[in-house]
Amino acid sequence: MRLTLTGNQANAWGVKLSRVQVVAAYPITPQTTIVEELAEFAANGQLDTQYIKVESEHSAMAACIAAENTGVRTYTASSSHGIALMHEMLHWAVGARLPIVMGAVNRAIGPPWNIWADHTDTISQRDTGWMQFYVESNQEVLDTIIQAYKVAESRDVLLPAMAIEDAFILSHTVERVEIPDQELVDEFLPPYNPPDYLNVDDPKGFGSLVMPDWYMEFRYIIARAQEAARKRIREVTKEYAEIFGRDYHGLVEEYRTEDADVVMVGAGTMVSTARDVIDKLRSEGHKIGLLKIRVFRPFPYEEFQDIAKRVDVIGVMDRSFTFGYGGAMFSEVKGAIYNTDARPKIKNYLIGIGGRDVTPKMLEDTFRNALRVKDHGLDREMMWVDLKGGE
Amino acid sequence: MIEIRFHGRGGQGAVIASKILADAAAREDKDVQAFPFFGVERRGAPVTAFTKIDVKPIRNKAQIYEPDYVVVLDVSLLKLVDVAKGLKDGGWALLNTHKKPEDFRDQIKKGKLATVDATNIAIENRLGSKTSPIVNTAILGALVKISNVVSIDTLVESVLEKSPVKKEENAKAAKEAYEKTLILED
Repeated sequence: MRLTLTGNQANAWGVKLSRVQVVAAYPITPQTTIVEELAEFAANGQLDTQYIKVESEHSAMAACIAAENTGVRTYTASSSHGIALMHEMLHWAVGARLPIVMGAVNRAIGPPWNIWADHTDTISQRDTGWMQFYVESNQEVLDTIIQAYKVAESRDVLLPAMAIEDAFILSHTVERVEIPDQELVDEFLPPYNPPDYLNVDDPKGFGSLVMPDWYMEFRYIIARAQEAARKRIREVTKEYAEIFGRDYHGLVEEYRTEDADVVMVGAGTMVSTARDVIDKLRSEGHKIGLLKIRVFRPFPYEEFQDIAKRVDVIGVMDRSFTFGYGGAMFSEVKGAIYNTDARPKIKNYLIGIGGRDVTPKMLEDTFRNALRVKDHGLDREMMWVDLKGGE
Repeated sequence: MIEIRFHGRGGQGAVIASKILADAAAREDKDVQAFPFFGVERRGAPVTAFTKIDVKPIRNKAQIYEPDYVVVLDVSLLKLVDVAKGLKDGGWALLNTHKKPEDFRDQIKKGKLATVDATNIAIENRLGSKTSPIVNTAILGALVKISNVVSIDTLVESVLEKSPVKKEENAKAAKEAYEKTLILED
């Protein structure tokens, strides 16, 4: 079945197809239409779920944590200040090893108030231990929700995951979306079967105190789970492609990187527009390609070590800025490569922040700037694209 | 790719129009995108919405800066907004008005012009109220007349399915507007 859906509707369809048993959410623009759609699915009987209305995002995550602890599949959605308010509970979900999935609709953080696309809200949750999937189309929103549950609930992972879509550019934009058959989804994603859960017939303690002689080991186990997730994401993406015919290529996707001298890196919807721009520059004879960061946590360091051997310049586009140094994706790419022998020039482009429209022209100027780095060397490490008044 | 930009005021249905058109084109197996520019919407404030239609997959996620068609749901916007901004050579401006297209030639200097009295058609079909009629389905009928981006039959199918209320009246408005569109080539 093929429908025309907004990104937020596609997100809700992903949740419905995943047969989520508890939804707890608090409204915030631009996420709200996800949970409105889910409320409608719940009310008209299309989704057999317990829908919990809460008084804040912090409580939404707390409700998901409590519900997930009883051994059921849970979901919430949020944006911007809502995700920031959840921060404490995001850490808790990871430490308690609860594979909750959240639909995160990227929106800038205020002040000044701004409701448009910007990755600061999710990038600033990087250190919580949540997996992060950045998507570029409404179809990918739906497919990623289903895949995220499959990865998160794997026994060697048991970590929560965010499926992340850009505000308005996906959330409120209608595109064509193929709805997978429920039977096939059921086969791909069986019911959640946790190793431990709250059970009155078999009482256990959860979330208790751990002294300094063992806390570090708990953190190490989570670190190992993120490593296991790396492998599971590749496997699950492949399995999904075989069943449903859409391949998202694991943690990163390379586009026209064959014999490339310059590769541009980005995440979210800018990647989609960038494909057109890469085609244009390729048709002019420039050896330029694109690498999409689909999964930012766990970070695809092996993929970057590999591409670094093959190119002269890597241009990293961040739709957020980590104050005090540079874009988070830029820093991570650089860090991943340092202990290898490869030494491409790496330049950071700050672009589309606070919903500034990322146009083909803006991307073309940026890519031509990266091509100049190849010919003339690195002029500076960072560049704010389309900044009024200049730097 | 065919790019259409809608200019309306909050409450006239410009955003829904952009989505119904995308739905109709998808039924004819085109790839589509439809989205509003989200500003500070409230009833009466200027609203912009976009629809893209192509036979190839649409990857460009940016707004529309060089439309093939601009659709103006309220001509009082001509004083506030440069509706023809970026209009492609040979592009069209379609206006909701009881006047003739040539009456607007000095205001919109480039492209082809068309007009339709969508307000009157909406009122006659009891869409919205007399003071704030919902003109979106009527103007879509006129857009299909000048553009052929979809057939009128496919548009009517989408209108019947996507209109939240008064489905038949909305479909009738689209068909009437299709017949009553006035055209000024170049």
